Amino acid sequence: MDNTVENEQPLLEVKDLKKYFPIRKGFFKKTVGHVRAVDEVDLYINEGETLGLVGESGCGKTTTARCILRALDPTDGEILFRTGAGLVVDVATLPESEVRPLRREMQMIFQDPFASLNPRMNLLDIVAEPMLVIDGVKDREERTERVAELLRLVGLRPEYMQRFPHAFSGGQRQRIVIARALALNPRLVVADEPVSALDVSVQAQVLNLMLRLQEELHLTYLFVAHDLSVVKHICDRVTVMYVGKIVETAPTKKLFYQPKHPYTAALMSSVPVADPRIRSAMTPLEGDVPSPADPPSGCYFHPRCPHAVDVCSEEPPALEEISPNHYVSCHRVYELELAGIAGIPAAE
Amino acid sequence: MNRTTPILSVRNLKTYFLLDEGTVRAVDGVSFDVVPGQVVGIVGESGCGKSVTIKSVLRIVEEPGRIVEGEIYFRHQGQNGRDGSGANEDFVDLVPLDAHGKRMRSVRGAEIALIPQEPMAAFSPVHTIGDQLVEAILLHQGVSAGEARQRAVERLHEVGVPSPEECVNAYSWELSGGLRQRAMIAMALSCNPRLLIADEPTTAIDVTTQAQILRLLRSLQQQHNMAIIFITHDLGVIAQIADYVVVMYLGRVMETGPVDDIFHDPQHPYTKALLKSIPSVQSESQKFLPTIEGSIPHPFNRPSGCSFHPRCVEFMPDVCNRRTPIPQPINDRQSVSCFLYHDAAGED
Repeated sequence: MDNTVENEQPLLEVKDLKKYFPIRKGFFKKTVGHVRAVDEVDLYINEGETLGLVGESGCGKTTTARCILRALDPTDGEILFRTGAGLVVDVATLPESEVRPLRREMQMIFQDPFASLNPRMNLLDIVAEPMLVIDGVKDREERTERVAELLRLVGLRPEYMQRFPHAFSGGQRQRIVIARALALNPRLVVADEPVSALDVSVQAQVLNLMLRLQEELHLTYLFVAHDLSVVKHICDRVTVMYVGKIVETAPTKKLFYQPKHPYTAALMSSVPVADPRIRSAMTPLEGDVPSPADPPSGCYFHPRCPHAVDVCSEEPPALEEISPNHYVSCHRVYELELAGIAGIPAAE
Repeated sequence: MNRTTPILSVRNLKTYFLLDEGTVRAVDGVSFDVVPGQVVGIVGESGCGKSVTIKSVLRIVEEPGRIVEGEIYFRHQGQNGRDGSGANEDFVDLVPLDAHGKRMRSVRGAEIALIPQEPMAAFSPVHTIGDQLVEAILLHQGVSAGEARQRAVERLHEVGVPSPEECVNAYSWELSGGLRQRAMIAMALSCNPRLLIADEPTTAIDVTTQAQILRLLRSLQQQHNMAIIFITHDLGVIAQIADYVVVMYLGRVMETGPVDDIFHDPQHPYTKALLKSIPSVQSESQKFLPTIEGSIPHPFNRPSGCSFHPRCVEFMPDVCNRRTPIPQPINDRQSVSCFLYHDAAGED
């Protein structure tokens, strides 16, 4: 994918990323096929921006995020990351020993704050652990000081340091997870559904915190989510995935008001609008998401697509840049007029 | 309040969990009516008692939970007609009934049906979908096994399962999430219930499937003229499906009213704050969302007086923390429990 943003080099560039999981069967565990969890994914994230990665369950958004962090070894492709020193490294092929220092620059916020905090460690140990493991900060006082600073940063009182996670509510726990992710001053933070396990009234608090931290610390976010209203609120650009492939990438406003891929448009119209006066707008998509182990021919979306023609079932479309920063993978991209959110006609 | 006679009328329901550590007042004085042909949405965050309320209606509250006070009047259509339990003509109070008794069993599943949140957990993995539907039909309707199977196929067809003849022989784990939820709806409808209770039926499924299920429930409701109680934490879903809304917080009803008034003219500070704090795909993105401060209190240290007062922007010292407001009608449609609207009423 060409980097079209002038004067700025992307912080992260993913090229042709693939992650296949083998399906093994029989006594000898012969490989009989592959689950193409991530298939030919191209994306980039500029420094200081938030890229949203959306799609329904099983579309490969979490697998993509995990490959970028090298929590999973990708099958193929390049993950080019520009380190703080200005070097561009390929995370995908880096030897294990060189991945660890990179952890300082990329961190993750997990979905479920009830599962991602060790119940037997207190806050001090949880938040200080990355410093101990990666940076080798042996001095306990130094760590304590830094943890106090981090807790203040995420809006928790440093006096809580000796407490254990069970004493905190979901929203507070997510703040702890964020504090831990920030312990090493990362530049890229991968947030995998950071608010979907939280109550509505607490979601807004955590989203605001993430926005404030981004401003203060000049963070770059990869924001994985399925909730489109949250994505619209927080992201600068959005990538939509379907069965392991990217169908559309565009600046947030463009994607929501002028979607170019029928799947994006269908996704938009499926979001329940919090207004009882806009009801007829919901036009559900027929059918179900196909399995990535046995995807349909041609364009993966064609069996459910209301605009499909013959070519759609025969040839897979390529991801094409139709206007600056707007990438779409659809055969009929230039013919279709699609409505944006809740049937609101496209408006600039 | 309602022109037609309600099919279900919950009056001052109190369901407490008597634990060693103390009493959790999960449902604390909840009242609402359900009219035939109406969708009542109960909305609230975790711990607000929405699930316990409907479990009380179905009389399936687990130990050590108990209904300690209140009445649940249900318009019963039993073959025996009236009963001797002190209820009037065709209304029966479900509270004094034996939860495992014949009477309650003839209501539960037949006249009041439930769509549970997790269809994966609700279906037995070792019985076919058909067997489970047939079991429900045989239990409640005096038909032969052959006819029951026939009806099962009809029901599956009605909820839009593509090939119902095959689906009856399938196991739940062979179906996709959307199909499984459809089969669950078929099962709930198998005995022509007059009241359908849907407990977060779309929380575990994707947006495009959610839109399908919501549309299906709406059309089924119109065809059968059923009453539906729809439980969710998602305000968007409530706006799309409900006619009448009950907003709950920590076991109490904060506000009730027609869906349009709740969304366009909310009165209770909690409802107002909740609506403001959700990011919407419709609204123009603002940088920071308005939030509700703090988090939901733990059920053991429920605040005194109005349980929302520590987070409320309209908090009135010496009033809200002293007495508990009770729901009062403020016009001919909405009813609110808040001292802003009625100074006099309240429990000490």
